[in-house]
Amino acid sequence: MATLELKGITKRFPGVLANDQVDLKVSSGEILGLLGENGAGKTTLMNILYGLYGADEGEILIDGEPQQFSGPGDAISAGIGMVHQHFMLVPVFSVTENVVLGVEPVGFGGVIDMKEAKKEVRDISKQYGLEVDPDAVIEDIPVGIQQRVEIIKVLFRHAEFLIFDEPTAVLTPQEVEEFFGILNGLKEAGKAIIFITHKLKEVLEVSDRIAVLRRGAMVGEAEPATATENDLATLMVGRPVELVVNKETSDPGAAVLEVRDLVVIGDRDQMALAGVSFDVRAGEIVGVAGVQGNGQTELVEALTGLRDVTSGTVKISGTEVTHATPRQIHGHSVAHVPEDRQRSGLVMPFTITENVVLDAYYEEPYSHGISMDWKAAREKAADLVEQYDVRTPSTEIPASSLSGGNQQKVIVAREFGRDVKLVIASQPTRGIDVGSIEYIHERIVEERDEGAALLIVSTELDEVLALSDRILVMFDGHIVAEYQGGSVTAAEIGLSMAGAAP
Amino acid sequence: MTDEPKGEAPPEMNGDADNGEKSGWAAFMDDLTGVNVDWRSAVLVPVLAMTAALAVSVLIIVASDIELWRSFSISALGDSFGQAGSAMWALLTGSLGSLAAVSSTLAFAAPLILAGLSVAIGFKAGLFNIGAEGQMLMGGMVAVALGITIDIPVFLNVPLAIIGAMIGGGIWGGIAGLLRARTGAHEVITTIMLNSIAGLAVVWMLSTKFFQPEGRLDPVSEDIAVSARLPRLLGFLDRSDVRVHLGIVVALIAAYAIYWVLFKSTIGYEFRAVGFNPNAAHYGGMRVTWLYTSVMALSGALAGLAGMAQINGLLYRASPGFAAGIGFDAISLALLGRSHPAGVVAAGFLFGALRAGGIEMQVATDVPVDLISVIQALVVVFIAAPALIRAIFRVKTGEEIGQLTTGWGT
Amino acid sequence: MTTKTVALDEGVVRTPAEIKRSRYLGITYLLLAAIVLFFFWRWSGDLGNFTFKLARPLDPSAPDLTLSASRTTMIVAVVLAGLGGFQLAKGFGKFNNMVLGFGIFLFIFAFLGWATAQSSLGAFSMVGMMKATIVRSVPITLGALAGVMSERVAVINIAIEGQLLAGAFVAVVVASPLATADDSLFLGAPLGSWIGVGAAILAGMLLAWVLAVLAIRYIVDQIIVGVVITIFVGGMTAFLALRWLADNPQLNQAPIFKSIGLPGLSSIPFLGPVLFDHNIFVFGAFILVAALTFLLFRTRWGLRARAVGEHPGAADTLGVNVYRTRYLNVIIGGAVAGFGGAFFTLGSVGRFDENMTNGRGFIGLAAMIFGRWHPVGAMAAGLVFGFADAMSQTLGILQTGIPSEFLGMTPFIATIFVVAGVVGKARPPAADGQPYIKQ
Repeated sequence: MATLELKGITKRFPGVLANDQVDLKVSSGEILGLLGENGAGKTTLMNILYGLYGADEGEILIDGEPQQFSGPGDAISAGIGMVHQHFMLVPVFSVTENVVLGVEPVGFGGVIDMKEAKKEVRDISKQYGLEVDPDAVIEDIPVGIQQRVEIIKVLFRHAEFLIFDEPTAVLTPQEVEEFFGILNGLKEAGKAIIFITHKLKEVLEVSDRIAVLRRGAMVGEAEPATATENDLATLMVGRPVELVVNKETSDPGAAVLEVRDLVVIGDRDQMALAGVSFDVRAGEIVGVAGVQGNGQTELVEALTGLRDVTSGTVKISGTEVTHATPRQIHGHSVAHVPEDRQRSGLVMPFTITENVVLDAYYEEPYSHGISMDWKAAREKAADLVEQYDVRTPSTEIPASSLSGGNQQKVIVAREFGRDVKLVIASQPTRGIDVGSIEYIHERIVEERDEGAALLIVSTELDEVLALSDRILVMFDGHIVAEYQGGSVTAAEIGLSMAGAAP
Repeated sequence: MTDEPKGEAPPEMNGDADNGEKSGWAAFMDDLTGVNVDWRSAVLVPVLAMTAALAVSVLIIVASDIELWRSFSISALGDSFGQAGSAMWALLTGSLGSLAAVSSTLAFAAPLILAGLSVAIGFKAGLFNIGAEGQMLMGGMVAVALGITIDIPVFLNVPLAIIGAMIGGGIWGGIAGLLRARTGAHEVITTIMLNSIAGLAVVWMLSTKFFQPEGRLDPVSEDIAVSARLPRLLGFLDRSDVRVHLGIVVALIAAYAIYWVLFKSTIGYEFRAVGFNPNAAHYGGMRVTWLYTSVMALSGALAGLAGMAQINGLLYRASPGFAAGIGFDAISLALLGRSHPAGVVAAGFLFGALRAGGIEMQVATDVPVDLISVIQALVVVFIAAPALIRAIFRVKTGEEIGQLTTGWGT
Repeated sequence: MTTKTVALDEGVVRTPAEIKRSRYLGITYLLLAAIVLFFFWRWSGDLGNFTFKLARPLDPSAPDLTLSASRTTMIVAVVLAGLGGFQLAKGFGKFNNMVLGFGIFLFIFAFLGWATAQSSLGAFSMVGMMKATIVRSVPITLGALAGVMSERVAVINIAIEGQLLAGAFVAVVVASPLATADDSLFLGAPLGSWIGVGAAILAGMLLAWVLAVLAIRYIVDQIIVGVVITIFVGGMTAFLALRWLADNPQLNQAPIFKSIGLPGLSSIPFLGPVLFDHNIFVFGAFILVAALTFLLFRTRWGLRARAVGEHPGAADTLGVNVYRTRYLNVIIGGAVAGFGGAFFTLGSVGRFDENMTNGRGFIGLAAMIFGRWHPVGAMAAGLVFGFADAMSQTLGILQTGIPSEFLGMTPFIATIFVVAGVVGKARPPAADGQPYIKQ
């Protein structure tokens, strides 16, 4: 029986103590749930364990033997395998090429023996019930299968200790169940597993033991049999957390957004939206659930003028805006919280002031003609920073120096900080801390209560459930189901997310 | 092999910006100028980079002394260093040592500053214009075409040349911008190709009846009208070796205009936004394709002005090599000036001085003038990798310049 | 609710982009047909016959090809018009590019026929032009291979021009004093010349190492490093040429590598002289293309290198040393470019002239993109550019009245068309140009 132990691991980054005296232990045939919110230091800890970072203090022991990892190669040969949150697969390589990369079976002259490699991939895939086509190219297969490839990769290297970093983030509820099956199979095969997540339900369901990390330090352990979600949340955040969003029942008014038969072509010339129709009414939050990549991104881009519409119509307050530019849509009092704050929401090297006027710089009072009025912009920025609780020493520092939660607040402040009739928000709380999540959820409900229509797209099912008055489920470019908020369970939605008829 | 990049691993979460305390002189500069700037990277690094580049060039002169290596002796080594020393001295006197020298420096600086602004504005918008050379040629040829056909009073003819050159260069740059915006063709490749095309086009044009003086067979144009020439600023002295002309004024006005556009106007805000993050610019309602085209057109127009300064200020007629590599020097210059108009002006004076001094150096000490290209290349290396400066001079410097351009296909 | 669906099944219905491209291509064929019809046939009148010589002078192994100019141009015009019509109506699907190549071939054939027929010579040596195509493609191909090696591991190398120039200079300066005409030859050159080639390779590797250090260790923008290295080498070689070679012409005078006819193969009619009678640089380029293709796509080393170029993070987490792989590949690329540089002096004219590479390195960069980052593609693109070069020289001899500058522009214009995606989008290695910073 093999044991992996971390003792007193400490890691500092400039200005941040990422890990503070962390102890951890896991043995064969056991699943350890490692719980912590975004930014708690889970990934740093695992990167240290995997040899990607060196720890400033502390040691790693395998079966009591201290280990020195100067790179992932060392960790791999010590029997540690890691399935990363963002898959580490080369998209243009085949499954087999990805699996053997780094430990290729070679013949004379360094030529890779692909036949042998494929055979080994098939063997592992059979042994653990992980069905894949060894010749398939990664970019052509769904994420669920890609995850299997990641697991095969780890097993191919004879790993005894398997680390899964937020493995369920990209899966449907059904795929999650299937994944837990695989996890249990691995456990029975005698592997030691560390399952990293911020999802309370999942950690309770599958773990044998739970360890909780907060602000870089281990704050406690819990037994899945006795712990409740509330206990764990409190432990994880350091204070009692409201797991539900407080809101009155909605009182929807006239339709603000009307979408009819919307057809949109995606980046790879695929049908991203295949005729989608729905309304969002004033004073109503409509949540869009679905696994990432089923047309939600394209939907939001089409509605906000960022992507061409092939056919169908979009109306805002009765005005046709199907082929309107982002600026024209902005002019219809539409707020847009984009899916990826770093990619399109903010210009990272710009100051908060410069970012606050990103979609209004051409209007009074921020500019007169082509001359910018930076004074007006600074005043607005100072106002919003105050109002929206953005934690920053100044409005004149680059957005890149803010934490993820504060960056997101800057975007929300910019978008909500004026009169809006329609809010289109995509992944409004992705990757930020619980405090910021709660804050942004409150603001969203507030906008609704003030009479705005809100369309919230999220791959976090819990978020959609908590916020929405009405829920639309997207699958493969279609809206496959519609539910009233509050009357539906995650399991029901999960089935539609996987494309099953409701 | 120590092959890890110099730099800290980025932390998982960002703390507050840690600017640290400013040292005395930096704080003093802030007080003096009323702006809060990272003076270390804005001034100290360029100065040290220049120093290091000159030091290396001295070593190059010595190391390339063929006589020294044929019969090595300490005294021969001394002689060799002596030659290098006098070469450096000639660089200095040739650029600053007399009224004629200073005026020559300024005359060289004018097209350099304009071309440097051209590259700098591209960098600010995330585009790498390697095509300033070709745009100079096209702008300059328009100026020549106008200058040999139109003879109206100087206060009309010079503005005409300016506008014509801006249009000529602007179109040539705009082509690359349009290609980038519409097809994604990387501007680095297209501008390199457009340089070669422009070079061949100039040779062809100079063999046509329109440009070529009667009786000439070599590719050269007629002289432009006297009224199209940029007036000499110190013309009243009546000295033919005092060559400073109106071009330097045009360059300084252009630098201020670009400063205003970049930092005080909505257009400049759009340029910078698209430069840092085209996705966010698109999200903010900016027309990215139009911006790419207009940035490259503006960049080309500035390079066209540089071509005009070269023709109407210095040469008065075109021959195939009239851009004289200024379009390539402009790249180093923009980097040295940190793509800021004020920095470009300062770097333009410096490079102008190198060009003026370089000629004196070749005449006086037999050290080939091509050494200045080497010096300029070295300066950029030191600028772009402050870690090298840190290692050599053991001082604290600002951050790495990092990525100014985008790779293919992104 | 009725749901409208658009059929997008591949092969059945074409995407808008495809339809647009098909339309452009179709119009291009019709335009070419019109040019052939009006310029070469109608307006030129009957020009009589033209002759392409398929063998070298005094070599009876292959007959001359003599055709009627008016008949040839007419036939070509009809075929091109037919291609255009079909392209507009249905399109050629996945054969689009192949048909485009065929169409361009026909057009060039008609153009050459017209140019020959209207010239007072009435004939020109096709075998000479094709041989020149191969020779002129060599530095471009080698430059492109240097680019492929480097960019496959995601380091952009636009210092190729500088590496070629440095190789050219170093080769001649080292070979000149070491090699004399009466030394015994080894594979077409005296030992001293081979040392010159070795020195050129080392020079290319040294510059590549500088590129690698600045790009990988100091994370300097790779495009800027490339430009700066090229400026540096341009200045340095001009400086040293003046300082050393101007007064010491004996340092700038090296024997040229002699052609080696491959036994048997070189006596095949037409193909023999075109393909199998060259100096070692030409054969070296062919061998390198084959070797690098094998290494990149069949071996462990190649798989790792490509992984580093596509997804360095993945390679790193699997224990592949990203930095070492990048250093190694960039430096191998430098060696290839240094070898290519030596061609300019030792493989061609035997002396160094200031800026003698004249943009070939940049064309090599374009050939790399045109060839989709694949060694074989790079060679194919190199041959296309070599052909453009050789043809503009031929047309100069035939005196067509078209300014030679315009013909000289064709490779550059072709490159712009290539990067603009007219012949389909190429996908660079996913991490190309991005420094890797350990997470």
